[in-house]
Amino acid sequence: MNIIVPIKQVPETSNVKMDPETGTMVRSGVESVVNPLDLYALEAALSLKDSHGATVTAVTMGPPKARKVLDMAISMGCDDGVLVSDRKFGGADTWATSYTLSEAIKALGNVDLIIAGERATDGDTAQVGPGIAAWMNLPLATYISDIEVESEKSLIVERLVEEGYERLRLPLPALITVVKEIASPRLPTLRGKKKAMQTEIRTLSTENLTLESTNLGLKGSPTKVVKIETPKVTRGGTVVEAMDDASVTEAVDRLMDFLRQREVV
Amino acid sequence: MSYIWTLAEQANGHLKQVSFELLTRGRKLADSLDTKLASLLIGNGVSAEALRELILSGADEVYYVEDPRLASFSCETYSNIMVELIKTFQPHTILAAATSSGRTLMPYVAVRVKTGLTADCTELDIEETTGNLLQTRPAIGGNILATIKTPNHRPQMATVRPKSTRPPEPDADRDGKIINVPFKEEWLDGRVEFLGYRKDAGDFENIEEADIIIAGGKGMKKAENFKMLRRLSDSLEGMVGATRDAVDRGWIGYSHQIGLSGKTVSPKLYIGAGISGSIQHLAGIKTSEIIVSINNDPEAPLHKIADFAIVGDLFNVLPELQKRLEGGK
Repeated sequence: MNIIVPIKQVPETSNVKMDPETGTMVRSGVESVVNPLDLYALEAALSLKDSHGATVTAVTMGPPKARKVLDMAISMGCDDGVLVSDRKFGGADTWATSYTLSEAIKALGNVDLIIAGERATDGDTAQVGPGIAAWMNLPLATYISDIEVESEKSLIVERLVEEGYERLRLPLPALITVVKEIASPRLPTLRGKKKAMQTEIRTLSTENLTLESTNLGLKGSPTKVVKIETPKVTRGGTVVEAMDDASVTEAVDRLMDFLRQREVV
Repeated sequence: MSYIWTLAEQANGHLKQVSFELLTRGRKLADSLDTKLASLLIGNGVSAEALRELILSGADEVYYVEDPRLASFSCETYSNIMVELIKTFQPHTILAAATSSGRTLMPYVAVRVKTGLTADCTELDIEETTGNLLQTRPAIGGNILATIKTPNHRPQMATVRPKSTRPPEPDADRDGKIINVPFKEEWLDGRVEFLGYRKDAGDFENIEEADIIIAGGKGMKKAENFKMLRRLSDSLEGMVGATRDAVDRGWIGYSHQIGLSGKTVSPKLYIGAGISGSIQHLAGIKTSEIIVSINNDPEAPLHKIADFAIVGDLFNVLPELQKRLEGGK
């Protein structure tokens, strides 16, 4: 089975500080990491490799330094990494990104399964995975929490939706996006890290892909950003201390009054 | 002038609440453009009475595509229907809910009809000079608000976060047209087969639909203590949420996780107990109407963004709160 996992480089958010004045994230000097939700996609692909045999290729679109996330994917156990990189791809929205990635994936040859993360934690759109499926006319199943290989040509998957878990039979080739419940991501191994250093990362660009130039980058993106604002989120609410029995009673009294005033109880 | 469309959703023949919330958004846009508002519904077994509810809530027209094979969501089949109807009617704007199906179908359709799509919008407006849709959405964990438009492609497409608007008050005097769009066999894709729902869904809960959420974090100390939250949420007719920490420790299932790698929720009331308030968690609750924090650490970031913060031991505060709720007034 040939599995492709599209992954994204995002700003690391686990150690960032908040600006006490505005309540927003301080972003300067923040490192880039693999989108945390893509780790579940990588794990899902690598579990299939372990149980059924597969070649797993991680693909990312970004500047040359994005190869760092491919190294991470290979050190977890992926067989290959492909960097889709070109100045002309810069500023792409989800439509143009999914176009470029779908052409890159087509250029890699036969694909049985594409596994993407649920969404990226920076843009938070969840649109690139479904977009790739649409460009490639592949059947799509999103929010997948469990994969069972039924045959060489089909999977039985569970899909986490508002009503519970749907069960679907999915023919291959197909694209799925996975949620955290699928599995806990493995850690990179020392052997994997060595392999990543030795693995040559292929770069795909406008030089070796056949692309419609009007579909690329900022210029080819149907959506345009008009403005960016930083909202204040500090609400400046009431703070009540409740360190002993009497003050607990008083604090809860005041909370109940507040909730009644706001008509929620 | 081309119409504003909303994409209504149904389950088991019943319209979902988001279908009405979208009409609040759509009506405002249609009025400022002086055009009509239409609701598109794909499904099965929805009564004429229920369809009329859409009219009473603001739609001028309802397009209903019905077939037993449309009862459950299929991205491929539903997108075939939408692509054809978009080509026929050429709407100005399409709004859908940012639900599991909306967030799957809309990007698939946007690629097929070659237009832009903005995810999870919290505000929608019309740009006065151009009539373009201005779509505002939070990104980077709610730390920025980006306003986006699609100037040169039609339709303009956006998904809207459930619960971010109230449904309209139905107006019994409103009039409109219900149009049954005949189903075409060629729309059926059939590649993906729906087998049913998993019987044992564990402690699954759809917290995005909750009006009241009481959430627990590391400060809850163990799985057992989540029963306290469950009792409170039962008394408040709410649901239980959790931080990533609590979910990763196995205290509660993933469907309860709030934050960057979980759900984004906008309840009327969110109560966080034993939650310090990581950036990731706060990203998922910022749009809540009222935030209450209970934590013995006075420096907890959640206290800082709360409307009401109790600095105290949750194991004293929560039982006292439970007593009040059970004791009535």
